[in-house]
Amino acid sequence: MYGKGIIKGLSVTLKRFWYTYWDDFVWFIRSFTTGKRRYYSEEGIKYRSSSSTRGIFTIQYPEEKLILPEEFRYVPFLVYDEKDDGTKDVRCTSCGICAKVCPPQCIWIVRTNDPQTGKPVPVPAEFYIDMDICMNCGFCSEYCPFDAIKMDHEFDIASLHRNVYNMEKLLKPASYYSNIRPKNFQLEEEARRAKEVIKAAKAGAASSPS
Amino acid sequence: MAATPLQTQTVDLAARFPSAVSVDARNGYTGWLVEKDKLLEIARSIKEELGYDLLTSVTGVDYLPEEKMEVVYHAYKTTGGPGLIFKVQVPRQDPIEIPSVTPLWPGVDFQEREIWDLLGIKFTGHPDLRRILLWEGFAGHPLRKDWKEGFYEEDAKPFKSRWPEGNYVSSEEKNPYKDNLSFPKNFDPEKWIPEGEAALYGALARYTETDEQGIKSDRIVVNMGPQHPSTHGVFRAVVTVEGETILSLKPVVGYLHRNHEKIGERNTFLLNMPYTDRLDYFNSMSNNFGYALAVEKLMNIPVAERADYIRIIMAELSRVQNHLVLVGMLLNDLGAMYTPALYIFEERELILDIFEAVSGSRMMCNYFRFGGVARDIPEDVLQKIKDLVFKRLPAKTDEMDRFLSENEVLVSRLKGIPVIDGPSAVQYSITGPVLRAAGIPYDIRRADPYGIYDRFEFDVAMRTHGDLMDNYLIRLDEIRQSIRILEQAVSKIPSGPINSQKPQYQVRVPAGEAYGRIEAPKGELGYYVISNGKPNPWRYHVRAPSFINITGLEKMCVGKKIADFIAILGVLDIVLGELDR
Repeated sequence: MYGKGIIKGLSVTLKRFWYTYWDDFVWFIRSFTTGKRRYYSEEGIKYRSSSSTRGIFTIQYPEEKLILPEEFRYVPFLVYDEKDDGTKDVRCTSCGICAKVCPPQCIWIVRTNDPQTGKPVPVPAEFYIDMDICMNCGFCSEYCPFDAIKMDHEFDIASLHRNVYNMEKLLKPASYYSNIRPKNFQLEEEARRAKEVIKAAKAGAASSPS
Repeated sequence: MAATPLQTQTVDLAARFPSAVSVDARNGYTGWLVEKDKLLEIARSIKEELGYDLLTSVTGVDYLPEEKMEVVYHAYKTTGGPGLIFKVQVPRQDPIEIPSVTPLWPGVDFQEREIWDLLGIKFTGHPDLRRILLWEGFAGHPLRKDWKEGFYEEDAKPFKSRWPEGNYVSSEEKNPYKDNLSFPKNFDPEKWIPEGEAALYGALARYTETDEQGIKSDRIVVNMGPQHPSTHGVFRAVVTVEGETILSLKPVVGYLHRNHEKIGERNTFLLNMPYTDRLDYFNSMSNNFGYALAVEKLMNIPVAERADYIRIIMAELSRVQNHLVLVGMLLNDLGAMYTPALYIFEERELILDIFEAVSGSRMMCNYFRFGGVARDIPEDVLQKIKDLVFKRLPAKTDEMDRFLSENEVLVSRLKGIPVIDGPSAVQYSITGPVLRAAGIPYDIRRADPYGIYDRFEFDVAMRTHGDLMDNYLIRLDEIRQSIRILEQAVSKIPSGPINSQKPQYQVRVPAGEAYGRIEAPKGELGYYVISNGKPNPWRYHVRAPSFINITGLEKMCVGKKIADFIAILGVLDIVLGELDR
């Protein structure tokens, strides 16, 4: 019959319409026992982005935000460890690997020189990233040997001005890092501790008289 | 990768033409050096006697230290097997002239124009040798090694100004209107008349015509694009029409040109990886795959077993996603505004979620590394892939098939409108689904297997009519075959390391050349990389399927209606990021 295909096609839309409201009803009834809501809740967003989703698919941004996977990367930030006395211990040693591996070359570092000897000190004096040029590739964090630069989860950074970030804007505490990337943080901490144990064992072996 | 018997050179061209052909004996190079004067004769013999009917890639190389220019041809057989590489070398003194091979392979038309544009090699006998990617008033040929851009800083990254000096100034702050533009001598932009446009319109069929009864009829030249919703980006087609019938058509491209290849030659080998994402931005995983293959060939390193499986999973997921979008967007072009496209975007979204979870980004994945991949697939993501592959995707593909393939509007717009026939498709170097829909079962995954595709069971999708309907149906067939590969890959994936190399930010690549090619969703995606042992590639060329597939666009469209042109462009599946590079 002519026109059958069109009606069939329209039925897809009808099906979705039905699923959306039927599921709304089911979730509503269920919410009395489970307390899980379909909208504006983590479970609801998770369901709508799972492979068994049907009916409504969209997320009401910005009221709802997609749950970001741990590996999600946006722009880089610098990690510092908080010391007990409240000072910031910047992990970066200004070795320059991130600046060298940056494809659009948006990182530039001013090294600190020791005022007495004039030799470089392993702390950056200034650290700039031009976020407008950054292509979010993640190479800097991937190849940093000191776990000092990591990729952020914060993605709404649009502004009216150029986004050239300095140290002040880039530095974020290690606790923030462990918060957004718990698995990676744990792995890195374990590796670091293992290294320290080896180092201590070596130091112990060297200091003890043979 | 170890060379399989298939990949070894079997034809001895030098024995056939002892006076005109010699072996390319440079270290790390393969193929044959052909005398310039005998090129056409030898090319004819390669095509007609030896059977290398598909000339996929033509590119030029500027060997500045040796004072030479070279044009490299990669020819393959559509029946499969290894390719034949032949090269022509000429002294690097203007005018550099090489005979055009367009009489044999019309598909090299745009590629030769590209070489003229970017390297300044003239092809004698070319029917329409104009600049293609750059504008007509452009000064110089940018891929020449002695050409420098306005914001030139250094020959190769990393730039010293970033580290150790740390005194970077952004280029546009220097002087935006004088320093970054260079004109030819005696050039005044105010008085310039774009001769290119005249040449372009001149290349089309004549305007007025008188028929037998003495009735004069005007042919109208219509510019479709650069801003047109059906062209999927900034793509312009200058069409001469009589009524609604297309008489001749010239694609005008380059609006998105950024000289990817020059950027690639400035970058180190690793830094190119995220740039390849930006070629065909729907399939960054496939783009990474091709580039990784080429550099791995040069470095001669193995790929970790688990990484090989991950690569195939990612490449096939991206193929599924690409074909889904193609079908959705094709319907969009045909007038079914957004409804089918958005339903299809649901499945695409779920696949992009997987890319995001493994690589960190939905579209600009930057996931492959030389010798493996960047990160392992977490267990929960693998489960998600399994859910998709075994349950959701097959069901949704069938649903799409059921609802769309019998739709009267779709059928009447697509059925029986030929795109291109098989032999012409081969002549025009068309690869990918368009070639297979025309009845040539040429799929690099089977014809010249790369990665571990030889371990999987799948069929090369093929249709025989070569009309628009077949071009649409073959996408569904390919999705089904991809799902078959995915099913096998996710069940067989072994555990183990994900990279055979230690992570290095500066890889050492020995001198030589390599051509890595894959069956990307849009056709043959090739990377021709030359290393001279330095951290940066000497030459980095991308054989972009979108670019080469539109070479035959005029042939496909002449005699059809404007509305068919939109559908043809829709099934050709061009992406401007890759087309303009």
